[in-house]
Amino acid sequence: MTATTTDHGTGPTDARSTGPVLSLTGISKRFGAVQALSDVSLEVRAGEVVALVGDNGAGKSTLVKVIAGVHPPDSGRVEVEGWPVTIDSPAAAQRIGIATVFQDLSLCDNLDVVANLFLGNEALHGPTMDEVEMERRSWELLRQLSAKIPSVRVPVASLSGGQRQTVAIARSLLGNPKVVMLDEPTAALGVAQTAEVLNLVETLRDQGLGVLLISHNMADVLAVADRVVVLRLGRNNGDFEVPHTTNEEIVAAITGATNNAVSERSRRTAQRHADQEAQP
Amino acid sequence: MSTTSEPQLPADLLDTRLIQEQGLRGYVTGFASRLRSGDLGSMPVVVGLVVIWLVFYLQNDVFLSSRNLVNLALQSAAIGTISIGVVLVLLVAEIDLSVGSVSGVSAAVLAVGFVNKSWPLVMAVAVAILVGTAIGLLYGLLYTRFGVPSFVITLAGLLGFVGLQLKVLGDTGSINIPFDTWLVKFAQQAFLPASVAYALAVAVPALYAVSRVLGNRRRAAAGLSTQPVVDIGVRAGLLLVALLIGTWYLNQDRGVSAMFLLFLALVVVMDMLLRKTRWGRSVYAIGGNVEAARRAGIAVNRVYVSVFVLCSTFAALGGVLAAARGAVAGQSSGGGDTNLNAIAAAVIGGTSLFGGRGSAYSALLGVLVIQSISSGLTLMNLDSSVRYMITGAVLLLAVIIDSLSRRSRRSHGRA
Repeated sequence: MTATTTDHGTGPTDARSTGPVLSLTGISKRFGAVQALSDVSLEVRAGEVVALVGDNGAGKSTLVKVIAGVHPPDSGRVEVEGWPVTIDSPAAAQRIGIATVFQDLSLCDNLDVVANLFLGNEALHGPTMDEVEMERRSWELLRQLSAKIPSVRVPVASLSGGQRQTVAIARSLLGNPKVVMLDEPTAALGVAQTAEVLNLVETLRDQGLGVLLISHNMADVLAVADRVVVLRLGRNNGDFEVPHTTNEEIVAAITGATNNAVSERSRRTAQRHADQEAQP
Repeated sequence: MSTTSEPQLPADLLDTRLIQEQGLRGYVTGFASRLRSGDLGSMPVVVGLVVIWLVFYLQNDVFLSSRNLVNLALQSAAIGTISIGVVLVLLVAEIDLSVGSVSGVSAAVLAVGFVNKSWPLVMAVAVAILVGTAIGLLYGLLYTRFGVPSFVITLAGLLGFVGLQLKVLGDTGSINIPFDTWLVKFAQQAFLPASVAYALAVAVPALYAVSRVLGNRRRAAAGLSTQPVVDIGVRAGLLLVALLIGTWYLNQDRGVSAMFLLFLALVVVMDMLLRKTRWGRSVYAIGGNVEAARRAGIAVNRVYVSVFVLCSTFAALGGVLAAARGAVAGQSSGGGDTNLNAIAAAVIGGTSLFGGRGSAYSALLGVLVIQSISSGLTLMNLDSSVRYMITGAVLLLAVIIDSLSRRSRRSHGRA
């Protein structure tokens, strides 16, 4: 009933990097009576932006949570740089080198940029926090991202949506991750702010990080992604190299137009005609 | 990488969009724009305090006399100490409604232990304060284990601990604490010698200036902008003048009360802990966004417990100070308006009820407002009916200012 059009596994042939930095195979996850993910596979290479797309309920969020360590998978294999790992908590994910920027950003509006960047991880100078060191490293980090933040001493509430996203992404980089996972980073952003975030995604790629981008917005996906992985009803439903694909092809895979009621019916009708012709 | 060869601008001033404000004029315009956007800080309460003092002074010039101000300081210490704890729970967006009864229990334990059971005074004081610590621990565990709203837990505590207070006191309605104990002497008659008071008034601004200059040196070494030396000098100078005049004026009468100085020291220490330590940062983070704090790896439950423990401990200490000042503990200790005044002081002082905003200094400013109203109305021979109504109106005003400034901060992007 779900004849998938997966062609993952072989991987692209261009030598962007050698092995995948993050690789998931045969991931399944069940919530009660719902099989949220069945036998899902995904690979992210260093210096590659992989977009994970799918309709509502396709299992994107579940997969994100599996990778972020929020919901451990029921079965399947997760490898980081070729080594099998178990991600059973968000802290474990961070230790392994997977940073997640959640959709709601998890920023404290009342604290300034420095405080948010180092929250829970403050530099110390004796018994007190080392504000100078934290501020210096904040600027270093933000410059490295070519980020435009006017001051790191303003509460994050006063920043624009794109700047807040920048802070959230910058914070995820503090632990020197190998893979950064961005959940809907451009949702609710204006045109200029979206461009700012997309630039940031490209900066991350240029620094050799693996980026997993979860998005609904096909324009953004096609603008920055090197590869698009489609989920449909909890299964892989296509893996596209962006230069060699079209928007229509991806949308067809998302909606299942290659495999839906309409196409099924036309196939059956064709079959019936063929059978009738075969029987004289 | 953008390595534009700008001539040595500090790292935090490189962005050209940053509105730069320099010198005294820049300071004034920056301050004005912060106020306009609703980032009021302690501005409303300072203005309010000045207005209240002026109004009462015009009604009766005894109000601003040295004698009355010394009394005001003495009256403020106990409630103010309780209020520091309330500030802490408000910062994590919780509430403690039972601080009054906790202070009552502590006063009762002190008096019964010292007078009836003949414990050494130090031990009685320590036990009284530890009772508060234990109550706070109970609150913290109830809150973090069962997730019951702190409003309800402490409401139950409010009732329960009044009962405990009566139980501890037994048949005795009130117990007098002898006047010749060091505790009562400390609260009623201990004033700083003039020389010590002046030395402190000079030492504090000097410490401030030195720490700022040292901080500047570290910032410069890290390639960050520094605060102009003139700016530091002006601030330290203003502080020095204010402290010297204040000390001189209080010294016209009995001087600076030791108990009030203890309260001030507690405020300063709490302010340092809140601003400079990781614990303090996590308190503000939890008040701003608990979920974000949890995801950042902060042990949220531990911070909640620590805050409830500190709050009840401060309440118990306040109870001890109140008993010492009155030289009596009884069924009415911590009763009446103690509870409401302590909570109102924190809010009037500028700590937001919505969490994550405020400072330890709110306790100081708020309690000065409340005690000034009380003292002023007493001087005008108005009874407590008027006092309650006016204090209520001021509290309402403070909450309205808090809500309005929060809305304004939102629309100006400073939430």
